[in-house]
Amino acid sequence: MTRIELTVNGQKQSDEVEPRLLLVHYLRETLGLRAANVGCDTTSCGACTVLLDGKSVKSCTVLAVQASGHEVTTAEGLATDAGLHPVQAAFRENHGLQCGFCTPGMVMATVGLLSENPHPTEDEVRAGLEGNFCRCTGYHNIVRAVLGAADALAGGGGSSSSSAADSTDNTAPASTEVTA
Amino acid sequence: MIPAPFEYVAAESPEHALQLLAEHGDDAKLLAGGHSLLPMMKLRLATPEVLVDIGSLGDLAGISVDGDELVIGATTRHADLAASDLVRADAPLLAYAAGQVGDPQIRHRGTIGGSLSHADPAADLPMAVVALGASVVIDGPAGPRTVSADDFFQGFFETTLGADELLTAVRVPRRPGVPWGYQKFVRRANDWAIVGVAAIDGRIALANMGATPLRATAAEQALAAGASAVEAAGHAAEGTSPGEDIHADSEYRRHLARVLTRRALEHQTG
Amino acid sequence: MSILGTRVLRTEDPRFLTTGGVYVEDLVDERLAGACHVFFVRSPIAHARITGIDTSAALEAPGVVAVYTGADLAGLPPVPPTGPMKPEMQQRELATDKVRFVGEPVAAVVVESPYQGEDALELVVVDYDPLPAVIGYDPGDDTLLFEDAGTNVAGWWGKPADLKADLFDGCEVVVNQTIVNQRVAPAPMESRGVAAVWGEDGRLTAWIPNQGAQGTKSALARMMELEPDQVRVITPDVGGGFGAKFGVDTEYVVVAWIARELGRPARWSETRYENLIGMTHGRAQQHTITIGGSRDGDVQAYRLEVVQDAGAYIRAGGFLPMLTRLMTSGPYDIPRAESVAKVVVTSTTPIGAYRGAGRPEASAALDRAIDLFAAEIGMDPAEVRRKNLLPAFTEPHKTAFGAVYDTGDYVTGLQRALDAAGYADLRREQAERRARGDVRQLGIGLSSYVEITGMGEGEGSGPSENATVEVHPDGTATILTGTSPHGQGHETVWAMIASEELGIPVEKITLKWGDTDLIPKGGGTGGSRSLQLGGSAVKQASQELIEEARQRAAAQLEANPADLVFDKTRTAFNVAGDPDAVVPLTQLAEQERLLIRTVFTGPGATFPFGTHVAVVEVDTETGKPTLLRMVTVDDAGTLLNPLLAEGQRHGGIGQGAAQALVEEMVYDADGNPLTASFADYPFVSATELPSFELADSQTPTTYNPLGAKGIGEAGSIGSTPAVQNAVIDAVAHLGVRHIDMPATSRRVWQAIQAAKPGNATAAGSEH
Repeated sequence: MTRIELTVNGQKQSDEVEPRLLLVHYLRETLGLRAANVGCDTTSCGACTVLLDGKSVKSCTVLAVQASGHEVTTAEGLATDAGLHPVQAAFRENHGLQCGFCTPGMVMATVGLLSENPHPTEDEVRAGLEGNFCRCTGYHNIVRAVLGAADALAGGGGSSSSSAADSTDNTAPASTEVTA
Repeated sequence: MIPAPFEYVAAESPEHALQLLAEHGDDAKLLAGGHSLLPMMKLRLATPEVLVDIGSLGDLAGISVDGDELVIGATTRHADLAASDLVRADAPLLAYAAGQVGDPQIRHRGTIGGSLSHADPAADLPMAVVALGASVVIDGPAGPRTVSADDFFQGFFETTLGADELLTAVRVPRRPGVPWGYQKFVRRANDWAIVGVAAIDGRIALANMGATPLRATAAEQALAAGASAVEAAGHAAEGTSPGEDIHADSEYRRHLARVLTRRALEHQTG
Repeated sequence: MSILGTRVLRTEDPRFLTTGGVYVEDLVDERLAGACHVFFVRSPIAHARITGIDTSAALEAPGVVAVYTGADLAGLPPVPPTGPMKPEMQQRELATDKVRFVGEPVAAVVVESPYQGEDALELVVVDYDPLPAVIGYDPGDDTLLFEDAGTNVAGWWGKPADLKADLFDGCEVVVNQTIVNQRVAPAPMESRGVAAVWGEDGRLTAWIPNQGAQGTKSALARMMELEPDQVRVITPDVGGGFGAKFGVDTEYVVVAWIARELGRPARWSETRYENLIGMTHGRAQQHTITIGGSRDGDVQAYRLEVVQDAGAYIRAGGFLPMLTRLMTSGPYDIPRAESVAKVVVTSTTPIGAYRGAGRPEASAALDRAIDLFAAEIGMDPAEVRRKNLLPAFTEPHKTAFGAVYDTGDYVTGLQRALDAAGYADLRREQAERRARGDVRQLGIGLSSYVEITGMGEGEGSGPSENATVEVHPDGTATILTGTSPHGQGHETVWAMIASEELGIPVEKITLKWGDTDLIPKGGGTGGSRSLQLGGSAVKQASQELIEEARQRAAAQLEANPADLVFDKTRTAFNVAGDPDAVVPLTQLAEQERLLIRTVFTGPGATFPFGTHVAVVEVDTETGKPTLLRMVTVDDAGTLLNPLLAEGQRHGGIGQGAAQALVEEMVYDADGNPLTASFADYPFVSATELPSFELADSQTPTTYNPLGAKGIGEAGSIGSTPAVQNAVIDAVAHLGVRHIDMPATSRRVWQAIQAAKPGNATAAGSEH
């Protein structure tokens, strides 16, 4: 067993864990934070997405021992007494969830995406969520929700129709074809 | 879904990591981002008895300039590599390749050292470092050594890295302003390449056309002899041994290699 | 101002967004304290005799409580096939003498804590004596999956002898094609699981993610030979079903059995690998289509010959072809049409219902047939559809296949979709790209469909559903429904319907479902039945409640019930003209429980319809297709909540497009599944799909007071053939006639190569 000390949703946690305990199971079973779900076994679906030191990660592919000394934020840690986080509110307003199973992971991936790219284009939203699967929505309303959340977080100043040239994430040169 | 049981040690320094590797030999594996190793362990395709965590070692992190090379610490995460102003200026092909790996969550964890050690011939970074003519810095009981990317990849998921050795850094020739091309043919955005091509400065590397990332040497020679992109690309599949899987047979892969090589040569950035 | 027809946000959302839904894996319940965990040893081989199972090492492993095999469960009755199929084709919960598909459960290991499970599984040693795999649409009878059955043909729907040799006499043009509607995985984001415990009263309580607790309960009782009242099924939040979570899977029986055997609660939660090979698959039909007509575009005859690969054990595969045949002629007026279906067993995962369940298959075959006919006579496929669609009707229209379409205006639906897509502009752009010989060519594909929803019989003499509505003294209300939402938003919409009648705000209305002790009868949610039947039941119950309340209020006011007015804004009755003589509903509820249970029965199934237009770009150098646009008309009658209706269409379109482009559960010749993870099975992300363009069309049905038909599956029925047709259309000018789904890059490229002059290989149907 290994002792881990970490902060989860602002609260310090200290536990003895098996080295092989996956972070997602530590959150769900040890801490009772069950919003993050396990949806696959190949690090594909993103239903387990949480923030680790503010960055989106798939908690099924992080060992709890690797999170020791770090900060984890889950969907349960987003809302405040003032109400839903703007991303959560945008998902509701845009009917961006149906069965809800992918939703906490999708929301956390969105929080991560918007922290790195506050004004994504639709294409950047879709690429930014390539690690999060949804079977129910066909993604249409999820994309609307993310663009709506971007506007809300930007105080309404952002544009959901900004072109690629406006985005801050510019690793993709316009003239190179990525996928054929 | 759940790895077999193992012991976990957080290495306190690269030297400590080497000591642990020497002590445990084949029973131990290094853990950095864990996004090549842990998926295999969860499917029990890998069952190391000891994991040596090097993910927090500052000595293995960081990106710096050393003369005409960039020195990239082994535990540099793909997302940081993709966003690095230094790498985007001096080796933009590498920054771009790092931005192609998996999805954002995977890029926040996976490391260049891990990806190169894993040596998946279909992956982005092995192909990119071969195209760039980069080299890998390895430390071990016999002291540090540098291996060119061309020599590093030995076979299917196999490198020259010994069980008691540690990949500490990647050295990449600086080529600011040199045009480069990158083509990754996928079925879905976060899949591995069915076929990939990276081209820069007369060098052309292919992903998933054999057991390792391969140089399209016949195409390179044609280019060097003055052939056009179309003519050179016609040689792209020579000397390759593409496999067959649910995505493609070898004939289709060879065809894709030729098309993508032509596109990598014709659609260049920089 | 009515709340119906407005975009009410879902009341269920806040909890899903904050603490998350409570799925079976999330359940914390004192009744499940001390639960053990079940793990399944599954066959790694498609077809074999089991010659030995050694559990001794597993029994010694840490945390192992017990290991069970088929011999231990011998007391349970065999599971018979579904539908009029060979009765010898039975299944056992844990395989006994043979395994018949990779993934079939062979043994169950029980452990104290979940992390011990996979460690113990590795220690169970099963000896297999391999047999040849039984694969494909024509498996033959050399190797029998069920020796006692004497054949691998499970049964028929219709008879080959009834097919008319002269069906196509007089047709100037006859086109023939064999088509595969490939096997896919439903792949809901939540895989399967169960938690089961027996009470001291001898009753079983089972929490199972399902699409109809009442059907799940009766199946569970039947399979365990229990009296129905010995079983209680409770439905947690369900993370998607798509048809595959109806009824009971054999694993649930094993877990319930173990809970009884060990006298403690038992839980099971499957991995994605298990889900991809253990949950029923969808589709898997081969179609031989023959279509004939005149050179000027009149379709005169159509024959559909279906082979349903039912997998190793007959689940819904036993009756899905019946639904396919029912919709043989679709929305078209075809003077002579016939169909027949053969069901075969193979050493693969059993086939179950999957979004559309038999009807997408019929549409896909028909839409390909129409396009092949159009190509043969050189006519625009939109024109061929326009010429042959049934004209608009308001009186029910009965087809030769026994389907009675309630209302429909297919031609207007087609035109609306074409207009929304800018069809003429698309054809113009396509022509320009072809003239230039662009690498990237444009394809436009159509599907015009009609589909059956809300079928079957319930408590009533036709399609029916029950609802109980109660108004409480505190002004809130509760609805009990026999439907079973798993993402469709019934909490919101049933509350909207009741609110419309009762005047009670949506936020004060609670919906309950899925607990068989609370709601003993119900038809669940599937076949797009819930709104038209369940929602109508809610409306009816609410109206009956108001009438009951009216009688009571009248008595109290010593007035004539006819003189009372129900004021929704005050949720109270008053005598007309005397607003002060008021009796609130809450007061009536205080005096005596105010509750109505009713059953709504409709005259028959309803038939939504529509047209989908898909625009695809194909890179002709690599073959890669990209879906650029999906423009759809999905007319399901009156829309109660357009926001939620759009969501249902989006989801269906996404799944349908994915089937056309990439999805397939692939087996090799030895029956090994090659796509048993989300890395290999190409579940698409947001990057593979565009935003969709939905046009509005509402042709109400007369069959229920809401005017509503079912919308849940329509999206997946129109999109699949539209996208397939679009991919083929993009390269038709290069000589390509047909490409089987999934129209992957490789298949498209191979089709292009094969169509080149001088190439002899067959186009389009190779893997």
